[in-house]
Amino acid sequence: MTSPSLALADTTTMLRRDVRHAVRFPMVTISGLLVPVLFLLLFDGVFGHALRAGLGSAVSGGYIDYVLPGILVMTAASVAESTALGVNADMGEGIIARFRTMAIWRPSVLAGPVTGSVVRTLITGAAVCLFGLVLGFSPNADALDWLAAIGLYALLGMALSWLTVAFGLLAKTPAGANSLSLILLVLPFVSSAFAPTATMPAGVRAFAEYQPFSSIIDTFRSLLIGTPMGHHGLVAVAWCAGIALVGFVWAVKLYNRDSPVVA
Amino acid sequence: MQNHIRQPTPRERVPRLAIDAVGLSKAFGNQAALTGLDLAVPEASVTALIGPNGSGKTTTVRILATLMAPDAGRATVFGHDVVAEPEAVRAAIGVTGQFSAVDKILTGRENLALMARLHHMPRAVAKERIARNLERFELAEAADRPVTTYSGGMRRRLDLAMTLMGEPRIVFLDEPTTGLDPRGRQVLWRIVRDLVADGVTILLTTQYLEEADRLADRVALIDRGALVAEGTPSELKKRAPGGRIRLHFAEDDALAAAVLEFNGAKLSEDGLSLELARDGSVAGIRQVLDRLERLGINVESLSAQPPDLDDVFFSLTGSRHEPSTASSSEVA
Repeated sequence: MTSPSLALADTTTMLRRDVRHAVRFPMVTISGLLVPVLFLLLFDGVFGHALRAGLGSAVSGGYIDYVLPGILVMTAASVAESTALGVNADMGEGIIARFRTMAIWRPSVLAGPVTGSVVRTLITGAAVCLFGLVLGFSPNADALDWLAAIGLYALLGMALSWLTVAFGLLAKTPAGANSLSLILLVLPFVSSAFAPTATMPAGVRAFAEYQPFSSIIDTFRSLLIGTPMGHHGLVAVAWCAGIALVGFVWAVKLYNRDSPVVA
Repeated sequence: MQNHIRQPTPRERVPRLAIDAVGLSKAFGNQAALTGLDLAVPEASVTALIGPNGSGKTTTVRILATLMAPDAGRATVFGHDVVAEPEAVRAAIGVTGQFSAVDKILTGRENLALMARLHHMPRAVAKERIARNLERFELAEAADRPVTTYSGGMRRRLDLAMTLMGEPRIVFLDEPTTGLDPRGRQVLWRIVRDLVADGVTILLTTQYLEEADRLADRVALIDRGALVAEGTPSELKKRAPGGRIRLHFAEDDALAAAVLEFNGAKLSEDGLSLELARDGSVAGIRQVLDRLERLGINVESLSAQPPDLDDVFFSLTGSRHEPSTASSSEVA
């Protein structure tokens, strides 16, 4: 079998394993939905009025229109966090040692869970969107915008998942994997997720403007509620591709650290 | 003139080596696990790796299974270097380790199907092989239950069934029967014998010297990370001093008197015979009988037992083999 088809076949096999696990333990997927739903209720229902007042005329709709793209990005981070936990727990299982002794495409052991994580991200993101609609989210995206948003969302899911898989491999315990992934849930707070970066103090603003989540969130905002796109789209795609690549290389390196040869 | 009688090549005269390891060394921090281990395993045979705890058995298996690189030395599996050609090695091997390498969330059948897919076998072959392995390992009934519901023995059987799905040319079994009940052990021994009959090479590590004795064609004894003795079980036993003389008594009084006379002798489980750590030479037997005669103790019968692997183990490593001592009652 040629190596690209081997890679595809083995990744598909590992994805099947991951999906079976997800189906037998649906709580993992459901808990990934819990954090974003909670944040959506909190930021829309509790802080929404005050925050909307601060936005002024920057956006036309309600605060939920502004905040939902940010919550979507946090959803992807939340799902990726559960993936880190899953991979960390899985690595302790004897079956991983078995996979290491088999003539398979080695990264498939990680690419399976990452692909599964992307699928869970899309499903959870869709659920958050639906919940947002119930709360009054009113997107003005056309079909092409939605398609682009879904594409970017899958790319974001892949980037965060490869990164958190590396976290999961790096951490010695599930608790450690959890703490490392927490950074992805905290970072959006210092971004354009909840308030425009222009309203922040100078030092914070510089960080918030240039950190990856802001461009990604602004791109979703532009696609879903029609704020100006500017250069955000390209920057967002570049960030996602970069994070995915770094996460992949790092994760595979960590996976191979106990073994002599990558091959 | 052409030579019509072809000379056999060395390869045909000497059995091919499935494993050829020379000077393997491995240290973890400043803890040396292997200190120049040599190991040769002929094809289509069972070789047992025995040694005290921490002697390097598992490290050896891990290096040969491409899970770990040696610090020094080299090893080949069917001619493929474990460091330079891990993929070729992996294609030839199957590994069942000490810790169960099964997916607990999946069912038994799903675990086997997972292996079938990773070996990229056609669907029909996979189906046939899954059914055959479920049957062979007495798992057919539990096939569609998640592994979480399996007993320890069932998990171990599934583990080996998964290893065999790819029909490996060589199987590494790291303590395959530890924790198995006697029946589970029998099933495993039977399977190992079947595999060897089919031409598969087996390298097993075991804590049970009795197991090595019964199952292995060759035994490699390692201590402190190096090979100290290698040969067939009977070759090794010939090299060891020791052995036992067993005395059977008809009367309790005679037995009691003998217990007093022979300090340190071991009373058998049934309480009817006495075991002396003496070699079974004629002179040794005569000496024992003379002592009994002098004291007027009637001995009904006597049997001499040659040294067993435990004696070999003791004489070469200087330590008694704990698990084997514990199981010696069930052997006797």
